[in-house]
Formats: sequence, structure tokens, C-alpha cells
Amino acid sequence: MLVSRLLDHERGGWAFLAVLLAAIVVVPFANLMVPESSVFHLSTYTVTLLGKYLCYALLAIALDLVWGYCGILSLGHGAFFALGGYAMGMYLMRQVGSRGVYGHPELPDFMVFLDWESLPWYWLGFDQFWFAMLMVMFVPGLLAFVFGWLAFRSRVSGVYLSIMTQALTYALMLAFFRNEMGFGGNNGLTDFKDILGASLQADTTRVLLFVSSAVALATGYLLCRYIVTSKLGRVVTAVRDAEARTRFIGYQVELYQVWIFTVSAVIAGIAGALYVPQVGIINPSEFQPLNSIELVVWVALGGRGTLYGAALGAGLVNYFKTVLTGALPEVWLFVLGALFVVVTVLLPKGVVGMWNQLTNRESNGQ
Amino acid sequence: MVLALGLLMSPPVSADDAFSAAVKSLNTRSFAEKSSAATLIAGMTHPRAGVVLEAMLTGNLYTKRRSDIVVIASALDQGGYRLVDAISGEALGDVGRRGAKKISVNNGLRKQLRGLIAGRQLNHADFQDRIEAVEAIVVSGDIQLRPLLVSRRQLEQEVAVLEALDNALVIFDLDVGNGAVRLAAIKASANNLHPTVRTKLTNIASDQSLDPEIRGAANQALLELEALANQYQIVETFFFGLSLGSILVLAAIGLSITFGVMGVINMAHGELIMIGAYITYVVQILFPDIIEYSLLIAVPAAFCVSGIVGIMIERSVIQFLYGRPLETLLATFGVSLILQQAVRSLFSPLNRAVLTPEWMSGSLEIAQGLSITYNRLYIFFFALLVFAALLLILQRTRLGLEVRAVTQNRSMAKAMGIRSARVDIMTFGLGAGIAGVAGVALSQLTNVGPNLGQGYIVDSFMVVVFGGVGNLWGTLVAGLSLGVVNKFIEPVAGAVVAKILVLIFIILFIQKRPRGLFPQKGRAVED
Repeated sequence: MLVSRLLDHERGGWAFLAVLLAAIVVVPFANLMVPESSVFHLSTYTVTLLGKYLCYALLAIALDLVWGYCGILSLGHGAFFALGGYAMGMYLMRQVGSRGVYGHPELPDFMVFLDWESLPWYWLGFDQFWFAMLMVMFVPGLLAFVFGWLAFRSRVSGVYLSIMTQALTYALMLAFFRNEMGFGGNNGLTDFKDILGASLQADTTRVLLFVSSAVALATGYLLCRYIVTSKLGRVVTAVRDAEARTRFIGYQVELYQVWIFTVSAVIAGIAGALYVPQVGIINPSEFQPLNSIELVVWVALGGRGTLYGAALGAGLVNYFKTVLTGALPEVWLFVLGALFVVVTVLLPKGVVGMWNQLTNRESNGQ
Repeated sequence: MVLALGLLMSPPVSADDAFSAAVKSLNTRSFAEKSSAATLIAGMTHPRAGVVLEAMLTGNLYTKRRSDIVVIASALDQGGYRLVDAISGEALGDVGRRGAKKISVNNGLRKQLRGLIAGRQLNHADFQDRIEAVEAIVVSGDIQLRPLLVSRRQLEQEVAVLEALDNALVIFDLDVGNGAVRLAAIKASANNLHPTVRTKLTNIASDQSLDPEIRGAANQALLELEALANQYQIVETFFFGLSLGSILVLAAIGLSITFGVMGVINMAHGELIMIGAYITYVVQILFPDIIEYSLLIAVPAAFCVSGIVGIMIERSVIQFLYGRPLETLLATFGVSLILQQAVRSLFSPLNRAVLTPEWMSGSLEIAQGLSITYNRLYIFFFALLVFAALLLILQRTRLGLEVRAVTQNRSMAKAMGIRSARVDIMTFGLGAGIAGVAGVALSQLTNVGPNLGQGYIVDSFMVVVFGGVGNLWGTLVAGLSLGVVNKFIEPVAGAVVAKILVLIFIILFIQKRPRGLFPQKGRAVED
């Protein structure tokens, strides 16, 4: 079977899929079936929070694909995530219809507010779900393709590439802050009502979004496994370890890099699209360089080059973030900063790497 | 009224009597009488004359209740006034809120007073004061003050004042009749960017009742003015660009040497700049009496503090990540978060107010309509100074020699007996110290807050990449040209778009020249 071939010798991967599967079964049950008075009841808030973590995990896996396997440290993956989110947000805005504050049948509230006469051309088609979903993948993919093509073809790599990607997301943030862009400026897109006819406030919708996120995460994980275990994946790993040597052997390194970068951006876009209906807002702050770089620390903490480790890292860091920003908000940045230092200096292989090392040492000892 | 007129007309017994009579006659309801009394006072050399006119202008001239003594009143915090006799200057004690009645002035009178005060000032000893006086007369537009200018013109020795006087006379001549004088004035004012000139010329050009020749000349002069203004605009934009560029150079130059030597991007570089800015703030808090010298203290202090913080970062984090530039980037980013939050907890998340010393405020007027603020000017030269100092260190000292050796080939340098670890520490300290110095300069231009440094890391890196890694001259050229380009795009496309365009430009530029404007010569396939 394909799955078992993909997960050959990947105990962590099996465990990861098992947890996801369990979550898909247990979480809806605990939210919808178990009465609220019970200890086992999961509130809708928690379900949404977990769904959010799953989206982050998918984003982390996307970054791990380029960083862990191809050695491209992108500090702008948040941009692809946000672009996917904006595409989804545009669909959700169009679904609001005449229920906005100004009651305009077609224009979103912020456009009415800015005295716009009609929808700009790039908003056309977003009332169709299939079109929006296509754009969720197409827009980040196209940007990654163009950027990657320009960058990798002229052999921009290492820290140069990292800073370029950071500049990319920074430039996009500045652009999206502008009202003239037609994406709601500072406030972004919000006040969504329903998705595919189902109210976004309903528990069942929330649970369904959670399940979709979990399924997307599992699929994304398996897809990435498929890529990295394929022959192409081997070449990509070779590029990471010895770019010049791979080039001299005769591979066109930049094609592999562009390809993997684009796939990763598409996955990040999908993660963003699942994220937006759950949190109910998308605004330019998602493009902040800090977000993208925080994402890197999730992957680094979990352990890069393992995929499920990235997902684990995303879950861990965000859980701590939720707890700490609630209890001691001023401590969070200290912790995050320390995390960057500790992980890079002491845990270069992340939690998963450390775990593997420990278990290996034990088995060697026996 | 009859009394007042009588006082004015009666022959003064002495200068003092005349003065007190004139001041007393200010106490009237008629603005016309106040006006003529003020003119009279302005013509006197009495030491209190200026004070009285100033008080009248600022609305501080009162009469004491139930008497006709003219007083200068200053409002007290608890209500009421402190009174001083206008004529003799002796204190008359405090009175309640209703203890004094204001001698009211209207706008026409105010304008006249400004002119009169300026006219008196025309004879001041300090030539700066005289120039200011001429300017005030021009702004007042009071044609009756023209004779004052003419008479001063004959006495004046100072060239700058003569120039100002001539300009002022030309501006007054613009209003004179239909004749040749006016035509000459119009032609003479074609290079005068004084705002009144433009209004007057526009009025003349649109006044249908005037001679077509004069109107034509006015139109011509307006066109020339327009062209001149545009030229100045370009010069000014260029200067603003250089100013922005000098800041970029200051911010990037430290990054450039650390990146050149160690191949490491220090993401906490922006925070080292921020620390420098905060040092300026602390210095001003510690020595509130010597704000004038605070920057001179802050520059070495910031260099030391930021340098020490930089060395600490190098020792505690970077040395363990040698040869792993991407990890270094992440770790130093972590450090930058910690530093930011530390400053936020230590001071406050809000911006701190850093004072500007007297000698840095104000602006240098190069020509009428073209002025340059001193702080930007000084910072530009300061950036050049820092650049020269750094160049000197790198070219003329032992450390510089070692730094250049390690930049070119680390292992070869090691083989020649250079202790590269020591060079790393020194370079990092130096780069960090310069970041601190940049912070002092920045504190004079922007708000000092915990996020000050954040915006500079991407910009500085762009400058370094654009100029070529490890090349000081490249950094200088790149920083200045990026600044200038940015400022020239800004008015056309807006600040945000300008920034985006510059970013895109650099991304495309690296396509063509991945090693920057001035690449280092070498044959390495990989770093």
C-alpha cells in the first residue's frame, strides 16, 4: 500500500497520522455528542483553537519541505500563507452579500466606505467557491514560481535568499496596508457570515472546518513524504547537502529548487485558506516578517527534515504562546527569543532529533 | 479725545515727558489715535519704548483700574495680574482679575506694531536682528515703513543686510504705480522666492486694469520663479535623499564589516542601533544641565555600550554557530527579540523624548526658499566622518590588516598566524559599536522606541548586498544612492510604493550582479 511504502521506517510518522486520525474521530464526538456538563466535553472555542494549530502545523510542514529537505531558509513563508488566506477571505466577503453594515448587494463594506463604484477586476469570480479554491493555490504558487525563478536562476542562496524572502513579505505587508490595493487596508477582511451556505458561527461548521484541517494536514504530510521519498526528493536532498556537486553531476539545480519552493508555497496557501474561516479575520499583519520567522522556530524546535517534527513544533510553540500570552504577556517575547537561541545552539536537530538520539543510544547500549 | 490730541500736540518739554505723554495717549478707545501714538513712540529713543510696543502687540498693555496709569500686566497662575508701570518700569504690585483694563488692539494695529517694532530693530547693533527686522517689515507690507528702509540703506555697512534691504525695497516697489520703477522691480524679483513676491506678481498679472507690458513682465517673472522653485525643489530632494542615505550608510556600515568578515547576518543589528538611541536618552536624563553637550557624551558612550553588547552576543551565541550562517541568523533574531522586550520592560513600550541641542536645531538658509535643517546636515557629515574613521581603521591599523586578511581568506589568514577568533570578537565589537553610534544620530531624527531598530535590518542588508559584501566604498555608494533614489520616487509614487519599488529593484539587481556593485575579487565557487 502507498501509505505504508511512504512511511517505511518512519515510526514518528505513523504515530503522527494515528494522532490525527484519533483527533478526527474524538474531537467532533467530544464537541457535538458529549453534553456540555461532562468533563469530556470540548468547547467550540477549543475546537477552533485546535483547528488553528492544525493550520499552523500544515504551514510548518510546508516550510520544512523547503528548509529541511532543500536547505532553502525562507523567511517569507508567512506571505504565501497570508495570500491563501486573502483568497479565502475574498470568497467569504463575497458570501456576505447584502448583509454587510451598508447592505450593498455586491461591494464589501470597506469598498462602500471608500466610495468605490464597482468591484475591481481581481475580485471577480471570487463568489464561486471552486474559483476561490483555485486561487488559494494559484496565487501563492505563482508568486513563489516567479520569485524562485528569478532567485534560484541567478544562484541567490543562503542568507541572501533568506533576507530576500523577508523583504518580499515585508513589501507585501506594506502593499496590503494600502487602502488603494482593494483588500480592506489596515483592517483586512473580516465579519464573515457563512461558507458554502453554512453559518461560520455554528458548532457543526467549526467541527467540519477542524476535520478539514486535520484531513488537509494528513494529506499534506503524505504528499510531502511522497515528494521526499521519490527520486526527485533524493536530488533535492543532494542539492541541500552539496549544491555545487549536484550541479556538476549534471542536474539543473534551479529547476528542482523552484519546483519544491512552489509546491511548498501552494501548501502554505492552503493552510492559510483553512486558517481564515476559523479565526474569522485576515489582515496585513499576517505578512509581518516576525510571523514568518516565528514559523521557522516552530520547525527548528520540532526538528527539521522530519516533517512530523515540524508539525509537532508548531503545536508546541503555539500552545505555549496561547498559555503565556494569556498569563504573562510580557514574558512571551523573552521566551520566544530564548527559544531561538537555545534551539539553534543546543538543539540543532530539534525535539525529534534529540528523541531519536536518546532512543538510539539506549538501543545501542542494550 | 480732545485731551489726547492736546497731549500729542503740546510741545514736549523733554524726551521723557514726550514719551510718558505718548504712552498715556494710548489709553483711548479710538484705534486711529492708538495708531498715531504708537507711531510716535516708535520714533523715540526712550529705553522703555520697545518694551511698551512689544507689550501692546502681545496684548499685555493694560490700564490700572480707576486711574489712567498705563501698565504692563502679566497674568498670574492663581488669577489676577502682576502690574509694572509702563513708563517707569517700576513694580506696582498684584491686582485681582478685574484690577486692570486691557488696551485692546485690532489686527490692523497689530500689523502696524510689528512693522514699527521691526523699524526700531533696523537700528540694532546685531546684524542678524537687522535682517530679521527687514523681513518683518516685508511681511507687514506697510508701505509707510519704506522710508525707514531707505534711510537705513544709506547707513548700512553689512553686505547681508544690504542685500535684504534691496530685496525688501524691490518688493515694496512692486506696488508702485504703473511706471518704470515697477517694471524694474518686477524684473528684479524674478529670482526672489519670497512668498510675498509671488502673491504680488500673481496679483499684478491678473489685474486687468494694468498696463499690458507690466502684466507681461509679471507673467514672465512668475514663470522664471516657477523654474527656480523647481530647481530648488530638486536640490532639496537630493539633499533629503543624501540625508536618508547617510542614515542608511550609518546603519549598514557596521553590518557590512561583520558580514564581510564572518559571513554572518546579525539580525540584532537593528537593536544595537536602538540601544545607541536609548543611550542618548539616558545621557540626557543623567546630565540634564548639559543638553548642549549630550550628543558628544552619547557618541562614545553608545559606541562602548553597543560594542560590549555586541561582543557579548558574539561570545554567548555566535561563536558556537560558526560555519552555520542560517542558524546564526535565527539565533541573533532571538537575541533581537530579547533585547527589544528588555528595553520595553526597562523603559516603557512608549516612545521616549530625546531632546535636540540648540546647535542642531534650526536650518541653514542657502538661498531664499532653499534651506537645509542643521540636524540632517550634521548627520550627513557625521556619517562621512564615521565612514572615514572606519576606513582609516581598516586601512591603516594592525587590526584592519587582520580583518581584511580574514575577510579574503580565513584559513590562509589563520595559517599566517592571525588569531581569527580574536579578529571576530574585535570586528563584531566594532560593528556593534558603530551601530550604537548610528543610534545616537537616529535619535535626532526619529522617535526613540523599542521598535526603532526593527525597520533598519532589511534596509541595511539591502545596502550591504547592493554595494557588495565586505566593501566599505560599496556600502557608501549604495547607501547614498538608495537614499536619493528613494526620495526622488517618493513624491511621484508615495512613500510606501517607493519602498516597494526599491525592494523590487534590488531583487532584480541581484539577478544581474549577485555580488553587488563592487564585488570582492576572488575565485571561490562557494563560500
